Amino acid sequence: MSPLLIVICVLGGLLLIAPGLIWVERRLLAVWQDRYGPNRAGPLGLLVVLADTLKLFFKEDWIPPFADRKVFVLAPAIVVITVLMSFVIVPFSPGIIVVDLNIGVLFFLAMSSMGAYSIILGGWASNNKYSLLGAMRGAAQMISYEVFMGLSLMGVVLITGSFSLHDIVEAQRNMWFIIPQFLGFIIFLIAGIAETHRLPFDIPEAESELIAGFHSEYSGMKFGMFFVGEYIGIMLISCMVTCLFLGGWLGPAFLPPIVWFALKMFAFIGLFILLRASLPRPRYDQLMEFGWKILLPLSILNLVVTAGIILWNES
Amino acid sequence: MAFYIASAIAILATIMVITRYNMIHALLYLVVSFLAVAVIFFMLGAPFMAALEVIIYAGAIVVLIIFVIMMLNLKEESVEQERKWFTRNIWIGPGILAFILLGELIYILVASDTVLLNNKVVDAKEVGLSLYGPYIVGVELSGLLLMAGIVGAYHLGRQKRKVLHRFLQSTEE
Repeated sequence: MSPLLIVICVLGGLLLIAPGLIWVERRLLAVWQDRYGPNRAGPLGLLVVLADTLKLFFKEDWIPPFADRKVFVLAPAIVVITVLMSFVIVPFSPGIIVVDLNIGVLFFLAMSSMGAYSIILGGWASNNKYSLLGAMRGAAQMISYEVFMGLSLMGVVLITGSFSLHDIVEAQRNMWFIIPQFLGFIIFLIAGIAETHRLPFDIPEAESELIAGFHSEYSGMKFGMFFVGEYIGIMLISCMVTCLFLGGWLGPAFLPPIVWFALKMFAFIGLFILLRASLPRPRYDQLMEFGWKILLPLSILNLVVTAGIILWNES
Repeated sequence: MAFYIASAIAILATIMVITRYNMIHALLYLVVSFLAVAVIFFMLGAPFMAALEVIIYAGAIVVLIIFVIMMLNLKEESVEQERKWFTRNIWIGPGILAFILLGELIYILVASDTVLLNNKVVDAKEVGLSLYGPYIVGVELSGLLLMAGIVGAYHLGRQKRKVLHRFLQSTEE
């Protein structure tokens, strides 16, 4: 396939699936909470996605007079750009990858750390106390959880000996990395949830204390950008978990590789939604304490033990 | 060609960093400057350094600076203050010195032969081998420095244990 075609397919697929996820999430949450969820518009309520999108497009796009206009407009763009850029290095199946960078994993980490700017700048530019508090929480949370996210991946990188995601998937032909790197998998999953600030770690936008946190002042399509960015972020983390720990497109031959990839990815998206339905939100200081006092030592331990075992096997 | 575009962006962004009155805007230009430098690294055959430049400089350090500035909650007055401080007397001295250096640099580039860069890609493995081989002393020293920083931060951030209980509070005195 030509690279341009792959880019168009990936971009189109993402932007189609992201609004669809909103429907999936509302229906699944409804199932777990013993109610119906959106079931009126169209078959199974599917058209609610269309209605939501149209509503967002026609809402008044208001910039508060006390806001910093340029930064206010820039912030929602950053989140969508960085998340979409990260998909460049995701191998969906052999041959369907935009660029097979030899620093693939690092590129993903770089883009996710740039994503922190959207929260910080959005909250700061709104010039509102609640937004600022949300932005500060978001900044602290994202910087801290990035550290463990990077460290928890390093075990996989050590075993493979490469940062390229294609090589990492190929190295899992005999055994998925979830077995030797189970600790790394758990830490990466938790850090991934915190990085996309999804529930239970949605402390930057905790609606019961901060109205809507960093995007309190946003309306219309600018809010829509934050919203879509969050859902594409969930897909990104699911894709990364699939590639790094669950063998990517690998699976028994009766289904094509891309279907295996999609199955694993959607299983993780379902897990994300189940977590939202079942777990309460921790307090801000509990979140930071959990990160720095439990996850950081565990991820360093995981790295040291993995490196030790590899050296032992080599000598 | 791409090199010249990236370096032009880097220089322009850095000039904007110095001349902005609003600190957050200045820092945003600083991020752009770091990203441009990362692109230059990537083109010179150091993809690992480029990734680290984005992750550490643009992604972590500037975020921390913005974090601190956000807590200071600077308003319009501080922008006015910056504008008052940024007078000709302040920038003329460093400006002249920088221009002399620029002249020197151009002279060197024009007059003498410069070493051609061999476009060999230096990957992460080679960076690691050289860091833990010939440059091990530097790694150890920076480790010590960071350790001192962590200990200092721990000492500053330590709080006296507060007991919030109506019976225990009085006996704690």
